[in-house]
Amino acid sequence: MSKILSLTVALAMVSTTAMAGGHCAAGKTLTEGKLTIATGNPAYYPWVMDDAPESGQGFEAAVAYAVAGEMGFASEDVVWVRSSFDEAIQPGAKNFDFNMQQYSITPERDEVVDFSAPYYTAPMAVLVGPGAVDTEATMAGLKALKWGAVGSTTAVPKLENVIQPDSRPLLYGDNADVNAAISANQIDAALFDLPTALFLSAVMIEGSKVIGQFAPDASDNPDQFGMLMEEGNALKACVDEALAALTESGALAAIEAEWLQDTTGVPLIK
Amino acid sequence: MARPKATGAAGMTRRERYDAEQRRRSLIVAATSTVIVLAAIILLVPLAPGWEKVQKSFFNGAVLAKSFPKLLDAFLVNVMIFAWSAPAIAVLGLLIALARDAKSPALFPLRIFGAAFTDIFRGVPVILTVYLIGFGIPGLGLPRPWNSPYIWGSLALILTYSAYVAEIFRSGIDSVHHSQRSAALSLGLSERQVMRDVVLPQAVRNVVPSQMNMLIALQKDVSLLSFIGPVEIFRQAGVFKSLLANFTPYVGAAIIFLAVTIPATRYADYLMARQQKERR
Repeated sequence: MSKILSLTVALAMVSTTAMAGGHCAAGKTLTEGKLTIATGNPAYYPWVMDDAPESGQGFEAAVAYAVAGEMGFASEDVVWVRSSFDEAIQPGAKNFDFNMQQYSITPERDEVVDFSAPYYTAPMAVLVGPGAVDTEATMAGLKALKWGAVGSTTAVPKLENVIQPDSRPLLYGDNADVNAAISANQIDAALFDLPTALFLSAVMIEGSKVIGQFAPDASDNPDQFGMLMEEGNALKACVDEALAALTESGALAAIEAEWLQDTTGVPLIK
Repeated sequence: MARPKATGAAGMTRRERYDAEQRRRSLIVAATSTVIVLAAIILLVPLAPGWEKVQKSFFNGAVLAKSFPKLLDAFLVNVMIFAWSAPAIAVLGLLIALARDAKSPALFPLRIFGAAFTDIFRGVPVILTVYLIGFGIPGLGLPRPWNSPYIWGSLALILTYSAYVAEIFRSGIDSVHHSQRSAALSLGLSERQVMRDVVLPQAVRNVVPSQMNMLIALQKDVSLLSFIGPVEIFRQAGVFKSLLANFTPYVGAAIIFLAVTIPATRYADYLMARQQKERR
């Protein structure tokens, strides 16, 4: 018993000395020696597999552990919490060091919270319901469709500015409601980021298809995902440094290929 | 006569002087306490450590100016849905009330139906009805445009509000004294004529102020249709909130709602006050 105790104490001391080794993140995290990361509730495939970020399975979970490792945290020092979108952008203190749930970086959001450097650039993709799978993936073909989107995403300005559909789009609160509307044939098509669109078409909506994607640079505002942090968080420099190192080494691209490789096979919309 | 200082209040009785003094005092107290409370709010709130952040997030002039025209535009959708739902609610509500009030034994099933209708639709939260009807019925495979969320969402509102409105009408019908019914029947009027020409005109008039409150509530609940697709003011404000990471558009939406509901509320108050006066 006392052996185990002394072992624990020794281990604790080792980890303390490791953390005190002057690493960038020392003294800047919510809990000293721990990295607290928030994700959605629930978190979805392919970002987090099986709603279990602790497993490190799924794109965002894998990136989170890679960044944590780069910053000098062991896997067991990563603590996961859950948060909603509104919780994360409201003013005030946060209960996480950074928050990963496909936050698109926008200048307006950046005024209220801080974002890390982007860890993924998501192309927008067109998901069509069973009734419209034969639609040609051209601008003219897309304009004629009845559109839907999740009202809180950057898909909305993309719809308004790039596609400019003939009839007013319908907007919904979350992906599940867009699914219901596609299933009820109330809308023909919806705009999602590509990984979400692929997941929805493969798993959620029978007979639907991803018919095309916009190149990330097709608009002046590509959707880039950043880790969300409290405004003025001192940790941002460390996170950016870690992301830069991961991009440099190709590790980030490898994670993306592993979890988001399905991106091939969907034509570009011109 | 014996009071030289009472010249200002000449002709007043002692009682009137006392009342005037009491009024004056209560006015002073009311004014003072209002000023103190307002001053406390205006001076103390900005002293809170988070005030600047809150001001930037909730009361941002630039964001308000940017979003307000589109919010007004989206509010037209609210007005539209309200405009076709309200008459339908009035008619269906009245029919349900009459069904519950059916006297003939042969019409007992109608009474059961009326009771079940009000029980179900008053008991289920509006948002659930909107979801179930708005996505459920079109999901059965209706062709366009008959699966529109505008149609089925409106129907959900109509069903729910009819249940409330029917109960108010029923209370109005009950408020007409039974002797009126008996008197009309004894004059040889049929049950139908009694209801149409004697009871209903009084009943409806009695419940107008209460129904005004239902109109105000409906005006706000139209926003629930945003959950099934229509981009009305609440959804439009939500789109701005997400894009700009700022809650000011919600404040803008609240201002637009208040601009409509405050006059409506005052009008309902006025109607109620007038009715009370008439009854006295």
